[in-house]
Amino acid sequence: MLARRYAFRIIAILVLLLFTVFFFGPVVWLLIAPTKTDSQIINKAPLAFGSFTTFGRTFRDVTSYEGNLVLTWLKNSAIYAFGGTALAVLAAIPSGYGLALTRFAGRRALLAITLVVMIVPGTALVLPLFLEANTVHLVGTVWSIILPFGFFPFGVYLAYIYFSTTIPKDLLGAARIDGAGEWGVFWRIALPLAVPVVGLVGFFSFVANWNNYYLPFVMTYDNSQYPLQVGLPILLGSSPSINPVAATGGQALIYRPELAMATLIAIAPVLLVFLFAQRTLVSGMLAGSTKE
Amino acid sequence: MTDHLATVTPAEHASARRGRRTRGLRERPPAGTSRSAGYFFVAIYVVLLACLGIAPTIYAISLALQTPNGLGFANFVNSYDLPQFIPAFKHVLMFEAIWLVSQSVLVVLLALMVHNLARRVSSAFRFIFYLPGAMAGAASVVIWLFMFTPTTSPFSFLLHALHYTLLANTVTPNNLPVLFAIMAFWTGAGGWIVVMHGALNNVPTELIEAAEIDGSNVLQTALRIKLPLIRKWVVYMLVLSFAAGMQLFVEPQILGIATGGEVPPQWSPNQLAYYLAFQLDRFNEAAAISVDLLVLGVIVAVIIVWRGRLFEVQ
Repeated sequence: MLARRYAFRIIAILVLLLFTVFFFGPVVWLLIAPTKTDSQIINKAPLAFGSFTTFGRTFRDVTSYEGNLVLTWLKNSAIYAFGGTALAVLAAIPSGYGLALTRFAGRRALLAITLVVMIVPGTALVLPLFLEANTVHLVGTVWSIILPFGFFPFGVYLAYIYFSTTIPKDLLGAARIDGAGEWGVFWRIALPLAVPVVGLVGFFSFVANWNNYYLPFVMTYDNSQYPLQVGLPILLGSSPSINPVAATGGQALIYRPELAMATLIAIAPVLLVFLFAQRTLVSGMLAGSTKE
Repeated sequence: MTDHLATVTPAEHASARRGRRTRGLRERPPAGTSRSAGYFFVAIYVVLLACLGIAPTIYAISLALQTPNGLGFANFVNSYDLPQFIPAFKHVLMFEAIWLVSQSVLVVLLALMVHNLARRVSSAFRFIFYLPGAMAGAASVVIWLFMFTPTTSPFSFLLHALHYTLLANTVTPNNLPVLFAIMAFWTGAGGWIVVMHGALNNVPTELIEAAEIDGSNVLQTALRIKLPLIRKWVVYMLVLSFAAGMQLFVEPQILGIATGGEVPPQWSPNQLAYYLAFQLDRFNEAAAISVDLLVLGVIVAVIIVWRGRLFEVQ
C-alpha cells in the first residue's frame, strides 16, 4: 500500500518535470539565444550560453534596424496597450459599480448582453470593426485600435462581481444618510476600496491588448504605425535565416539572434508584469473561491 | 490564443455561488439611490458597447445580406461555394479536435498531480505552467518556429527521432493542426491548470479523507471523487476553447510568412475572410464569413450563460 503510494508520487513528479521542460524550455531558449551569433545558434547546443557581449551587440542590431523601427513599434505597442487599458478601466469600474449597487431599467438586460459579448471571441468582430472604422475614417489612426481595446466587457464583469460581493452596503447607505451624493459615494467610498479590482481589470486588459495581433494588423496601413506584435512577423519575413529570398540589400539584416531578441523585447513588458504581479493575480483570479 | 477568459473563471464561479446565496437580499434597491445615478455610472461602457459591439455586428449582418438584387443570402451561398471554404473549416476543426482532446486530458491530469503536492511546490509548478500565457500571439509563433526547426530546437532529439532535418519537414500540411495545437496548449494550458486547481481546492477535505479511510488509493480518489466534482469545469474549458479556436488567425498567418507559402493564406476561416476582404475586395462575402463565425460564437456564449448558471449571478 505504502510502496504503491510512493510509486504514484514518483510517477507524478516525473510527469510534472517533463511538462516543466515543455513549458519552460522555450522560455529558457529565448533568453539564451540572443547571447549567441547566428552560427553559434546552429552549431552550439541549443541551451548553451554565448556571451554578454554578443547579447549587447544583438540588442543594438535590433534596435538600430531601419532607423530604430523596432523602438517605434515598441512605443506604438505601449500607446495602444496603455491607451486601451486606461479606457477599459475608466469604463469598467464605474459601470461595474452601477450594475452592482444601483438599480435602473435595463440593468438585467445589460448584464446579460455583457455576459454574452464577453464570451464571444473578440477576433470575430475585427473585420466588421474595420468596415465600421473605415466608414467613419478612423482606419490608420490610434483610435481605431484604442477604442476597440477599451471595450472590455470582461472587465465590466469583473468589476461587477467585485462590487457586488465585497463592498458592504451598509457603508454606502451610511454615507448617503450623511448626505453624500451618488458621485461622492462612488468616488470617496467605493473607489478607494476597489483598488484590487482596478489592478485586475488593468492587468487582463493590458495583457490582452499587448498581445493582440489581428486588430492592429487590420487597422494599420503603415510600417511606422505597427505595434511590435505586427512588426515581429515583418522582421521574420525579412530575415535571410528564415526566408532566403529576403537576402537582398546591403544593410544590417535580421538573423536568428536578432529575431529572438526582438521576440524577447516584445514579451518583456508582459513577462515583467507576470513575474511581479503573480501572487496578487493568482489570488485575485480566484477571488475568494478557493480555500487557499 | 485562449485569451484572458480562460484564467478567470473561478471568480465567476465563486460569485455565481455567492450570488445565489444572497440573491434575495440584493434584489432590494439600496436605500436612497436614485434611478438616474445608475445610467450615469454605466454611460461610458454603454456607449462603447453600442459603438464597438452592437454596431459592427449589425453592420456586418447588413453587409452580408446586401446583394446586387436586394437583400438575400447570396453572399453566404457564394462564400460557401468558394473552393477554400470547406477546407478552411475542416482545417480548424481538425486542429480543434486534436487540441481540445489533448488539452482536456493533460490539463486535468496535471491539475490533479499538482494538487497532490505541498503548497509551495505546487505553486511553483503552477507558475511555470502559467508563464507562457504572457507570450500569446505573434511572439509564441516565432518562439515555436525555432522549436520546430531541427537545427535550433532544444527538442531537436524528438524531431530527429521523426527523421525531420529541416523546418520544412516539420511544417507540412498534415502536421499543421498538431503544430497549432502544441502552440495553443503551450500558451493556454497553464491558465486552465490554475483554474482546475482552484476548483479542486473546493473539493471538501472530509470527502477525500473518508474515501482514504475506506481504502481508496490516490488514483481512485482522483478518478472517482475529484474528477466528477470538476467535470463542469472541464466542459466549460472545452466550450470556451472551442469558440476561441474557431478564430485561429495569427498562427497560420505567421507560419505562412516563415515558410514562404507552406501554409496557404486562406488556411483558416478568419484568414479566408481577411483574404476575401483585402485581397479580392469582396467585402460582402467576407462579412458573410464573419457572421458565420459570430453566430457560432454567440451560440456558444448563450449556451454557457444559460446552461452554466452564470446568469444566476444577478
